[in-house]
Amino acid sequence: MSARRIFARPARFAAIAPYVWMVLFFLVPFGFVLKISLSQTAIAQPPYEPVFDLTAGWTAIRVAFAALSLDNFRLLASDDLYVYAYVRSLTVAITATTLLLLIGYPIAYGMARLPRRWQAVAMVLVIVPFWTSFLIRIYAWINILQHDGLLNQILLALHLVSQPVVWLSTDSAMYLGIVYSYLPFMILPLYATLAKMEPVLEEAASDLGAPPWQVFWLITFPLSLPGVGAGVLLCFIPIVGEFVIPDLLAGSNSLMIGQTLWLEFFTNKDWPVASAAAIVLLVVLLLPLLLYERLQRRQLEER
Amino acid sequence: MRKFSRLSRFNVASLALGLAFLYLPILILVIYSFNASRLVTVWGGWSLRWYQEFFNDRAMIEASWMSLKVAVSSASIATLIGTLAAVALSRGERFRGRTLFSGMLYAPLVMPEVISGLSLLLLFVALNAERGFWTVTIAHTTLTMCFVAVVVQSRLGSLDRSLEEAAMDLGCDPVRAFVAVTLPLIAPAIVAGWMLAFTLSLDDLVIASFTTGPGSATLPIRIYSEVRLGVKPEINAICTLVIGLIAMVIVVASLASKLSSSQGESAAPL
Repeated sequence: MSARRIFARPARFAAIAPYVWMVLFFLVPFGFVLKISLSQTAIAQPPYEPVFDLTAGWTAIRVAFAALSLDNFRLLASDDLYVYAYVRSLTVAITATTLLLLIGYPIAYGMARLPRRWQAVAMVLVIVPFWTSFLIRIYAWINILQHDGLLNQILLALHLVSQPVVWLSTDSAMYLGIVYSYLPFMILPLYATLAKMEPVLEEAASDLGAPPWQVFWLITFPLSLPGVGAGVLLCFIPIVGEFVIPDLLAGSNSLMIGQTLWLEFFTNKDWPVASAAAIVLLVVLLLPLLLYERLQRRQLEER
Repeated sequence: MRKFSRLSRFNVASLALGLAFLYLPILILVIYSFNASRLVTVWGGWSLRWYQEFFNDRAMIEASWMSLKVAVSSASIATLIGTLAAVALSRGERFRGRTLFSGMLYAPLVMPEVISGLSLLLLFVALNAERGFWTVTIAHTTLTMCFVAVVVQSRLGSLDRSLEEAAMDLGCDPVRAFVAVTLPLIAPAIVAGWMLAFTLSLDDLVIASFTTGPGSATLPIRIYSEVRLGVKPEINAICTLVIGLIAMVIVVASLASKLSSSQGESAAPL
């Protein structure tokens, strides 16, 4: 038996603790979300029924099952507010991810062209904001974008505008916030693939007479597709469910699904509808999630 | 012709603009935290007034303390369990339920926080657990251990496995070989994983909002409720303190990873 296989046996035992933890605190909770999404709202604590009571015996459990209903999902499908929130979430996520790709690509490309030593420095510089608090970075923008904030002061001083522009509570502010927060997530996977690329390939294409844009479209971009895929998924999935950024920077007249879920839960105390919203969100994200997992597994396990 | 291995003007411009975009807002925030004026946007000279205000704000101090306690405990548990998960995934070869296992570990990295928060809360309610320090700690551990696992796993994947095998050929049993050879080699990644878990926990608003109970708000929860009411100079001061703390953590983490990894590898964790 090879050393590798002898080593594998105790290594497998290491899986037990994290396995149990993730089943208990990641998998099982989804069961509760599903169950409560099928329950009725009640003015009680906890605010839903039926509540399973395993001590009440089999008949009680059957009664509880019979009481489950799809009403919450019907509500989600019939109420324009929710339908609109889902459409808006997807639109915002697609738009923002496109913006991120357009902004992140040149930066990642610039990083990959740096001399080796400077690449490491640039990478740290891109990672640091990711480590700095998310909330604080959004707050920093509120400082700048508010009515008498720095941006308006500069615009007024330069006589570009005659009176302060309303930046906060607009979609532009929200997109700015999203792009700002997620930029490292887009840059890093792009940089990782671009840095591995041989410049010889681009040079060859160029030597054979291709103009720069053709070199980019025929050589650089196709070769960077794995990084593009990772970056897009890494941004798109969480943005669809984003709560903090639209809540603080966008107006309140059109909500994203993360916001309606939050509202149902914390303001309306309607846990069943909030759970149903979570289930629908999860279903929408299932395909991108599976794609992301495959990418992640390939990156980490097949070396 | 070595046109494509050199920086073009376009490359330099996009890099400079990109970095300015990432750092200017934070810089402005830090500078304004030392502003003497109550009006956030009028410069009234340098002052530490808002820091004083923060240290006199009992609720904020309590929330900061709560956040620090949660961050240290959840990061420590997450590092332990996450490292075990990484070892199992990168050294366990094939085992039953492996796909589910790695799936459960990778999904939380991108899962919208409202979903994770809500589902954990419903679990805690069903278990009749009293919400507060422990529920938030468990919730943060669940999220951050996945990040630890990925950081450590990518380090384990890049190690030369013949070192472990040599130790075993020389008579070590697997556990001994792991402790004597593998563990010291992945130690920097473990440290970096702890730091990442710590900052993620310190930063989290959404999951903490769902899983905490009355009277045990974390710092982001307090900051959020203040920010919703508008910009306050005191918040600038608190944010600057948090940024300072995180900057310290980053310096330690990067020193730790410099001790081991060569460049390029650390791109994998994200």
